Amino acid sequence: MNNVNFLKPNRENLNLFLVFGTLFFALGILDFCLNNFYETNITGFLPGFISFFTPLIFGMIGLHLIRIEFSGIKILDELNKNINTNNFNAALSISIIILIIFGVAPLLNWFILDANFIGDSKEACTGGGACWVYIKVWFNRFIYGMYPNAEQWRVNATFIIVLGFMALGYFFPLRFKKYLTFYYVIFLPIISFLLIYYLISGGEFGLEWVETGAWGGLSLTFIVAFFSLIFCFPIGMMLALGRRSDLAVVKYSSLSFIEFWRGVPLITVLFMSAVMFPMFLPDGTYVDKLIRVIVAITLFEAAYTAEVIRGGLQALPRGQYDAAKSLGMGYWRLHLLVILPQALKLVIPGIANTFLALVKDTPLIFVVGLLELVGMLNLAKTNPKWLGFSMEGYVFAGIIFWIICYSMSKYSQKLELKFKTDR
Amino acid sequence: MKFKKILPQFLTLLFIVLIFGFFTMNAQENMDTRGIEFGFGFLSKSASFDIQFSLIDYDGSMSYGRAYLVGLLNTLLVSFIGIILCTILGIIVGVARLSPNYLINKTASFYVEFFRNVPLLLQIFFWYFAALRALPMPEDAPLIFGSSYMTIKGLYTVAPIWNNFDVFFIALIIAMIIIFFFNKFAKRKQEKEGKQYPKFLISLGIFIILPSLTFLIGGVDLSWSFPELKQLAKTSFTFDGGMGIPPELIALTLALTLYTATFIAENVRAGIQGVGKGQKEAAASIGLTPSQVLKLVIMPQALRIIIPPTTNQYLNLTKNSSLAAAIAYPDLVLVFAGTAMMQTGRAIEIVGITMATYLTISLTISMFMNWYNKRIAIQEK
Repeated sequence: MNNVNFLKPNRENLNLFLVFGTLFFALGILDFCLNNFYETNITGFLPGFISFFTPLIFGMIGLHLIRIEFSGIKILDELNKNINTNNFNAALSISIIILIIFGVAPLLNWFILDANFIGDSKEACTGGGACWVYIKVWFNRFIYGMYPNAEQWRVNATFIIVLGFMALGYFFPLRFKKYLTFYYVIFLPIISFLLIYYLISGGEFGLEWVETGAWGGLSLTFIVAFFSLIFCFPIGMMLALGRRSDLAVVKYSSLSFIEFWRGVPLITVLFMSAVMFPMFLPDGTYVDKLIRVIVAITLFEAAYTAEVIRGGLQALPRGQYDAAKSLGMGYWRLHLLVILPQALKLVIPGIANTFLALVKDTPLIFVVGLLELVGMLNLAKTNPKWLGFSMEGYVFAGIIFWIICYSMSKYSQKLELKFKTDR
Repeated sequence: MKFKKILPQFLTLLFIVLIFGFFTMNAQENMDTRGIEFGFGFLSKSASFDIQFSLIDYDGSMSYGRAYLVGLLNTLLVSFIGIILCTILGIIVGVARLSPNYLINKTASFYVEFFRNVPLLLQIFFWYFAALRALPMPEDAPLIFGSSYMTIKGLYTVAPIWNNFDVFFIALIIAMIIIFFFNKFAKRKQEKEGKQYPKFLISLGIFIILPSLTFLIGGVDLSWSFPELKQLAKTSFTFDGGMGIPPELIALTLALTLYTATFIAENVRAGIQGVGKGQKEAAASIGLTPSQVLKLVIMPQALRIIIPPTTNQYLNLTKNSSLAAAIAYPDLVLVFAGTAMMQTGRAIEIVGITMATYLTISLTISMFMNWYNKRIAIQEK
């Protein structure tokens, strides 16, 4: 048996240090858990100040004891390398672990253990946790807004058909691949618009007419985001080209357009479309609220898209322009065949961010009185039968938006890798 | 050839003129039929509505112009607080994302991925309607740090009471000027003679000592006013004295900070990662200490990458503060484009002024940014 120096853990007494280290570490965590969840302080005999820090102190001693280099145990080495390189790191790691336990346990309780899932009225919610019954009862409203229950198949059908058309692009035979852009930028919006006009809005073919004020919930979020996305891209592209044009009038009008929209908050733009825009139209003309909103968001986001695309255009070396010109290409052929395909590839992350911002901006349409998901939540919250469940609603919407946005950003990262070419 | 250049410009111009002409004509006609006259005279009329939270003296008898100022100041206040807090948080999280410590790294990236992918408006609603509503009533609120109360009606905390604040303020400014010139002097000395002063310590010393001197000789006096519970009626309590921060401001600041900090954290991370490994190694190989490497080699280069997108985020934060209208924090949009417009019905003027205000803020900052970018750009030969 060698000398055991507790200040300098070494390999010779590996097992001893491991046992003591783990023991101390476990003691620290145990102390914290008992303190927090069972309100018994096992270190209560110490002065208050020290007693408060005992989990940290115990944990640090524990981590110090197991900090043994080249121990030969794979897990221990990985652990030391990742969370336990020195005392400072160990302290941070323990703080984080304690924070996670402190945060996760009540959250888990609220989300699942104490939550209520069964039932169909407020009375079913007896536990201290979340009342998911509320979400279940209001689910239809959160997805379809005030759209009549019997007609909701029309919304579903529209979305399924549009998704089908979108997926169709993947199955284009190679021969028609060059028409893909045309298909997505022109054909798809027209088809979707017709579908929405005839199927969701209705009024013809024996379908009951549903006014846009009744649309709402998540489906409205999708409709607004979809059309704004599709339209803001080509407009943004034109603006980006315009801003880099040699023609003074084109350049400065694009520039002022972009700077104007980028300089104001979206909420004022929506205010403008709601209260100011009707003043600018001939008396008696009425443009539907939804269309006004989509136009406003489209123009707003187009300005941002334009700046992102301009970044890509600027990043291309001059040689690309010169080479294309020397082949005798004109302005449009040069841009469409040589410059834009390369520039757009470069700005995929930026474009994805703009699109994400657009999706996250859709809740703002509450300004004009359209209630998408978040708006519906605020409406449901004020229902006298269901008071006091705002937390559940916001958490639900947060999760949905998070899923949408996170998968979009992951998809854009995948696209970025796919189109990456070394130059 | 010339025709090819003129035609598109002419068409653009024609298009713009036609659209603007069409809109102006209609606006004119509409206003005529409704009997509204275009003009900004209403700004000096009495506003006759109250504003819950104001930095300057305001009541209903004052003008719409004054109400506009109150809204603008409230917007600037929340932006200012938000910018400071989100910078601090952003830097911490950005550095944490680069940490070799697995737990810290993952926690930071979880935070970033979570908060940036949830709409800001939803976050504001969450904090205001769900989280802050769970706080206790004033009479049940526990005392925090011996001085503050966190209640459903907002945060009540100590307020400083100054005597001769202006003397203190002037001393503070003088201290900053001295520090500025001292740093310039120290830099020149170092460049010329290689002599190094402990710049930071001396600056800190001046910054602390000079203003504190005013307490001794300038007649400056500082005392604190603590909030005290006061009973209004049998079940209605409020706080007297101290400083009350409304829950709207807290919710808005929290949401804006947590949301914007994720973007700043990503900028900081990209900036630090953007400095080549060779730079660090080269700096270390000529004998600079780690802190010198950070201060003289990495930070100047990283800041060049970090600052432009971060300013953009500051701008975004300022513009996003307009979401305040959704939870009735009296910012520019709520006070002016909301209440004032409802009362006067002057849609065009008021929305115009509101947009022009934001536009001015944005353009000023981006002009400053362009100037800064030019200044720090690497001069390549």
